This record gives sequence, C-alpha cells and structure tokens, in this order.
Amino acid sequence: MRYLPLTSADRASMLETIGASSVEELYSDVPDGALLDAPVDLPSHLGEMQVERDMMALAAKNTGASSVPSFLGAGAYRHHVPATVDYVIQRGEFLTAYTPYQPEIAQGTLQYLFEFQTQVASITGMDVANASMWDGATSCAEAVLMACRATRRKKAVLSGGVHPHYREVTETYCQYSDTEVAGRDGNPEQQATVEELDDLIDDQTACVVVQYPDVFGRVQDHTKLAEVCHAKGALLVVVFTEAVAFGAIKSPGSFGADIVCGEGQSIGNALNYGGPYVGLFATTQKLVRQMPGRLCGETVDQDGKRGFVLTLSTREQHIRREKATSNICTNSGLCSLAFTVHMSLLGEDGYRRLATLNHENACKAADALDAVPGVTVVNDSFFNEFTVKLSKPAAEVVETLVAKNVLGGVPLSRLYPNRSDLDNYLLVAVTETNTDDDIAALADALKEALA
Amino acid sequence: MTFTTHTGNRGLVLEEKLIFEQGQAGRTGVDLPEPKGTKSRLGGLDRDSDVGLPGLSEPQVVRHFTRLSQKNFGIDSGFFPLGSCTMKHNPRINEKVARLPGLSDLHPMQPESTVQGALELMDQCAHWLLVLTGMPAVAMSPAAGAQGELCGMMAIRAALDARGENRRRVLVPESAHGTNPATAAACGFTVDSIPATEDGRVDLAAFEAKLGDDVAGIMLTNPNTCGLFERDVRKIADLVHEAGGYFYCDGANFNAIVGRVRPADLGIDAMHINLHKTFSTPHGGGGPGSGPVVFSDALAPFAPIPYVVRTENGFRLVETADENDGTKPFGRLKGFHGQMGMFIRALAYMKSHGSDGLRQASGDAVLNANYLLARLKDKLSVAYPGYCMHEALFDDGFLKDTGVSTLDLAKAIIDEGFHPMTMYFPLVVHGALLVEPTETETKESIDEFCDSVLHLVGKAQSGDAEFFKNAPYLTPRRRLDETAAARKPVLRWKPETA
Repeated sequence: MRYLPLTSADRASMLETIGASSVEELYSDVPDGALLDAPVDLPSHLGEMQVERDMMALAAKNTGASSVPSFLGAGAYRHHVPATVDYVIQRGEFLTAYTPYQPEIAQGTLQYLFEFQTQVASITGMDVANASMWDGATSCAEAVLMACRATRRKKAVLSGGVHPHYREVTETYCQYSDTEVAGRDGNPEQQATVEELDDLIDDQTACVVVQYPDVFGRVQDHTKLAEVCHAKGALLVVVFTEAVAFGAIKSPGSFGADIVCGEGQSIGNALNYGGPYVGLFATTQKLVRQMPGRLCGETVDQDGKRGFVLTLSTREQHIRREKATSNICTNSGLCSLAFTVHMSLLGEDGYRRLATLNHENACKAADALDAVPGVTVVNDSFFNEFTVKLSKPAAEVVETLVAKNVLGGVPLSRLYPNRSDLDNYLLVAVTETNTDDDIAALADALKEALA
Repeated sequence: MTFTTHTGNRGLVLEEKLIFEQGQAGRTGVDLPEPKGTKSRLGGLDRDSDVGLPGLSEPQVVRHFTRLSQKNFGIDSGFFPLGSCTMKHNPRINEKVARLPGLSDLHPMQPESTVQGALELMDQCAHWLLVLTGMPAVAMSPAAGAQGELCGMMAIRAALDARGENRRRVLVPESAHGTNPATAAACGFTVDSIPATEDGRVDLAAFEAKLGDDVAGIMLTNPNTCGLFERDVRKIADLVHEAGGYFYCDGANFNAIVGRVRPADLGIDAMHINLHKTFSTPHGGGGPGSGPVVFSDALAPFAPIPYVVRTENGFRLVETADENDGTKPFGRLKGFHGQMGMFIRALAYMKSHGSDGLRQASGDAVLNANYLLARLKDKLSVAYPGYCMHEALFDDGFLKDTGVSTLDLAKAIIDEGFHPMTMYFPLVVHGALLVEPTETETKESIDEFCDSVLHLVGKAQSGDAEFFKNAPYLTPRRRLDETAAARKPVLRWKPETA
C-alpha cells in the first residue's frame, strides 16, 4: 500500500526489538472474540487511478452549480474564488499542520489567524473576532449561549428573519441547557417591527437575534432595536449568511450590536455541498472573555520580537473542562485561511467593488423577474438575494426549471416545510458570477414554467 | 557565526509584516468589472465608511502567504508525533478529487435530482463507517469530533427523555479529553469523574460503585487517552447497560483498531469518528474536521437531521422529521448536511486502503508506537506497563532533579527538526509526553527521532538545564510570552493613532 512504508523486514526487526511475536500480540488486551482475524467485508485497496475514476463517476452524477445558470443562496453563495486561494491553502505547511500548540514553529498559522481576526472584526465593525467557528448556524447557537453566560439569563428572542436552519441549530443547542428560545414566525411580506420584538423581551431575555440581511434578503436598520435591548439589559446578536454584504451595507457594529456572527463561506470557500464552511464570530472588547472558540493574540518572544500565540485559553475545554465556554476544539482553520487569502486579495477596493457588483446584478435580476407574468418581487430592499412570489408552488417550478437546465433558487417550502402559506415563494440569489445571459435564461425559464 | 542583518531576515528565514502593514490604498489583487452606478436598493443602509482593509497586489499576497507558510511545521515538513492527534500522511489524491467540480461546486440546496452522486457518496462513506464499526446507524452531519460528542450525548439525552427518565449523571474517566466533560455539561448533565487504576485503565470497582439510577451513561475513550486498550470494556458496557445507562465511546483513537476491532462488538451505543484522524483528512492548522457518529439500535431513532436514505427512486435527503417512520430526531446540528468536503477525502482514503489496507494501517500504527516505546523505555519513564496501542505515554520521572521540564525538552526537540509530542496530556500523568508516530512513518524516521530524544535526555540528565530553558534557538521565533498575551490581550491589528 503506497502510504505504508514498513517492509516485512522492518516489521520483523521491530517486533524483535519489542519482544513480541506478532502484531496480533500487541492487541492482547482486546477481549476474546472481538479481535477480527480477517479483513471486514469491504472492497480491497485500489490504486490512485482507480480511486480517481470512482470519484469522477460519482461527480458525473451531479449538476455542478457553475455548469448551468444558478441562483441558489439561502445561506451558501457561489462566488468566484481566485486561483491564489487554492494555491495557498494547498501548501503542505498550512494543509498538514495542526492547531498551533508549539507557537515557535506555527507562526505562519498564528499570524494568518491574527490577520483573519482583524479582517472579521473590520467587516463586522466590532472590536474583536475569534479564530473561527464551524459554520454560521453553530456560531448563532454559540452566540445565544454566550449571551446567556454574559447576562446570566436564560432566554433568547429570535426574529422571524433568522434563517430557519440557524434557528433549528440554536434550538438544538439550547434544548438541554434550560434556555428558552422564543420568537416570531418569518414572513416575507411583512417585517417584524422593533415594537413587536420589544414585546417579547422580558427580564429573563439574554439577547435578541436578528439576521442582516435577513433570510428573505431584506436589509433593515437595527440601531433602535439595539437601544431597546440595552435598555432592558439584553444583548443584540446580529447574524449574517452573506459576508460579502458588508462591503456594501453598514456594519452591524455601527448599530451597536454586542455579538455579530455568521457564515464566512462566501469569501474564499467553495460551495462544497454545504461544508466545510467557516463560522465568523465577533464581539465587543467588554465581552471577549465570554467568547467561545480559539483566539490568537499578539505577544513578544524571548528576543523581544513580535510573535503570536493562542491566548485566553482559560475559557476553553482543555483547561476548564465542564466549565468551559464551549466544547469546541478544532475549528475551521483551513477555511479561515481561504477567507484570509481571498480577503487579502480583495482589499478595500476589491471588497467594496465585489459587493457593489453583487448588488447591481441582483437589481438587474429583480427587474427582469418582476417583468415576468406570475412573478412579483416581494422585497423593497435587498443586497444580493431577494424573495419572489410565484403564481405556482415554487418547489414545482424549481423542478421544471431543472429540466430547462436552470437552478432557479431555493423554494421557501424547503426551508419552511410546515408553512403551506409560503409554498409560492422563491428565494433568488444573484452574485458577480451571474451573467446577463444567466439572468435572461432564468427569466425565460420562469416565463415558460408559469405560463 | 552570529550577526544581525539589516533587514532582520536570516537567509531563507524571512521576517514578514502583517498584511495591514503592507497595503497601499488603491492597490488590489483582483480585477473586477467597473460597476455601472445602479441606484441602490439597500434600504438606505449603504456603507458610508471605509472597512479598513489594506490593498495588496496578487504577487504581494502570494509572497506574503508563502513566507508565512515557511514559518510552519506540517506533516509534509517532517516527523510530527503529536499524540492523540494522529498526524499521518495526507494523500494528495484526496485533495484532487475533493476539487472535482461535480463534487465541490454543488450548492447544498440544489434539488435532489441534481445531486444524486453527492448523496450516493455520502451513503458510501456511511456504509464504510458502518461496516468498520459494526454499528447499525450513522449520523454524518457533525462538524468535528467535539460536535460528534455533542451529537452522541444529545441522542442519549433524547433517549432518556423518551423513556421519561431524569438521569443526569455522566461518568467520565479523569484521563478524558476536555471536550468530554464540556460536552456532557452542554447537554445538561453533571460530570462524575472515575479514577484510573495503576495500569492506566478505568478502575472497575470505583466505576461500579458510582453506578445508580441517576446515571445517564459513561463517556469512555477506547483505546484510551493513555494509548491503552480498556481490557474491561465489555464488562463496563454490560454494567452501564444493566444500570440503565448508555455507553458513549469517544472514537478519537479508532485509528488504532480500525479493521481489527469493531466497536459494536464491545457493546457501545454511540461513537464519533474523527475523519481527520483515522481517515486522514487534513488537519489544516486546526480544522475543518468532521465527526460522524455511529449509533446502536437504541439510539438510532434520535439521530439528528438531515440524513440520506436510499429509495427505489434514488437517494433522498431527509431534512425534516417524519412522524410516520418511527424516528424522533433530537434536532439539527449544522447549517447544512455535514462536511461534504471531508467525506470525499475520507472515502478516497478508505477506497485507497481497502479493508486490507486499513487493517494494515492500524497494525503498523500500533507496531510503530510499540517500537518507539521499546526504544525509549529504558531511558524515559513509561507511564504504564505493557504494550501500548497507537501511542506511547511517558511521565516526566526521567527528568526528576534535572531542572528540565517536559516543556523544555519539547522545545529542544523542535531544534532537532521534529514536531514535539503532545505535552501535559492526559492530565492524569505527571508532565505527560504522549508520542504517536502513526503508520505512515518509516522505521528510519522513528529511529532518528528516538536517537535525538535519547541524546537530549542524556544531555538533560548530565545537568545542562540552562540549555533547555532557553530552547528553541533555531526557530523563526523563540519562546513566546504567553502570560503577557493573556494579561493584556491584543487580538487584532489596529492602525497606529497619532
């Protein structure tokens, strides 16, 4: 086997040094009958060529998102990833390193984590960010748990604009820690007002969670909500699914948010059918010690040179065990590197232009779709994703579009399976990758499907 | 010859500023089309201030990250015997196939008809895990080992709730990884620590004495964190089951037994598998991992959504609980369906090895560790007697009275060109040194490492503590002041204020 270097002569001489008669003898602690004497019932080893052939056969059974006009979003977005990103993350020194437990020989990882934290804090408008979480949904759940720790309260109010998967993950995380998750049902036709959310805040409310832009694509100012939360001793958590947006819209930090977290996949990471992604997590200086996850900090070495280390680890499970701020250990290292490299390439000008192009393409698509009989654009405001109401159930229409080689969007019925009132709504995401021809193809396909 | 250079660089060891210290306004590393100036529909929330990102060209970015990479030690760089982390070779074919557009360029919400190959791949990966563990069910969605633990313990909590039982105590050996107690606490359990015996295993009598009708179960790592197989594992399983609890097995060390022992035959109810350990998906400087969880029949109905099922009309992704099929999912753990990119790599790894190669891999891992143990045991102090599994554990007894600590020795090992072993874990062993060579190392590299360690141990024992206190000497940075970092945390770059 090509990865296993020991020869029979090696094995024999090593067993002799050990003083064992066979490898099986080394397994003598295994209870009787549990040690298998033959390989399990699975295929035998394959050469590299055969493995590649098998995987290509599986790949061939899928429709790649970039192989057809594609308008799917709802928490994952197709963006162009510069070739440099993939080059950097495949360098073995990054790819095959681990958590920087020995900082003297991990300054590469530590320095990019410090840069990553700075980039995340910058785009969200917050003081500090951690070294990443698993994804946007788990970040949202961890933010709620953090708010509960910080306020010593046990209730979270989730706005109806929060992605239903984020809500489900939050409920899953909270269900066994006596934390109540309250909130409103999402409605693409009507946004919750500050007053409606205010009514749900009581003296046990640790935080209010809103999404910005929200799951239906709307862009809403939360400055007033932050004031309302703070007046009642609760924190404002702003989650997001599209990290490109902050190149075009005001940062959540500018609203007075206490925790800002969400999905970083859009920058530098492929769609990967849902993972691995990278959770971004930022907060204020005041709350930094309540944060979950790893943090990289600046320091100096023995010779007085600047260097970086993992820090504030007394929050973490390997020190605090059952009293840790979270059980997270491994995070999304390489995905955060991809984010950092892409963001470094973009820079101020590139990031803002990328965001503008996304928005302009989305405006173009919204106008094109609004002109299709049977389609109404619901949103007044949006960044690169908006909701349309169709004259037919969206799930059926999406299937019809597949037959026309168009991936038309995400039907809200897939996100809200128990909400028949949302059956006719479709969520459409438009990025810099969509051409005018793509938009025309979507409009034409919808016209036929709805005729 | 030591002298300082004008730049601070030392030949190929190059100093590298932060990107924020290198940028120039107006520079960029991407060429994007000129926006058309469309009137915005951003709800009046158009960004009105700079983000604060530096501008760099593509060549600057490439050079920056190349230079940073050169300050890192990876498996590709050299021997990396970081115990409990399983730093084995990461095959490049796995990277190549994970980037096939038909696999990487799939949106998680694409209609099922357009992702049949992806669902089949997840199903195949699941099938390999089920056969290798002998278990009836698997949840693929957990993002990493720690989330796998969460998945397993939540299923236990859900099963207890379904039984209407308010069992809240979880037994955890004191040698357990910190994620175990942290996970149990996150699921609303209290943690009760089980002591170890003189030979590094669960103290069966102490364990039995702790059982009661408030015990939800045990979280036991097997092989355990001391690198030993729990001889009494079946007895432990029987006892916890008789007491009405469940057996969560932490599968972090499954790599020692894969293809040779099926955890199902040991009586477990749930176990997570770190794909980045046993099945060699890259550690990536700290993730992404992937932690599928296998379940017994007792826990399978509580597995989280979403999951893949095979039907007459192809594969289907179940995203909501169906009351009619008898399942009661405890919820959703992740935004989408799991770490697909890791499933691809793990499946390529499993197919490459096959059932014969996986068995060989675990055997060679155990052989390498025992060989290393045999080579070092006379000069270092072995924590527990007997054969080890995939990693060898030493305590710091051999450094007694030398003035040299485990940390000091590790730093000197760095100068010798190796990544050190895991230090100070497990906590039950004083000054622990946990060494895991893995199966992809040659006998020659293990010999070279052992020779170097023996050389250093001799040096420590001959009274040269000062040398060790100041190691490493030859690295891009020398020992870093972690106390200062924590006392006044600087967690981001900020522009200098005038």
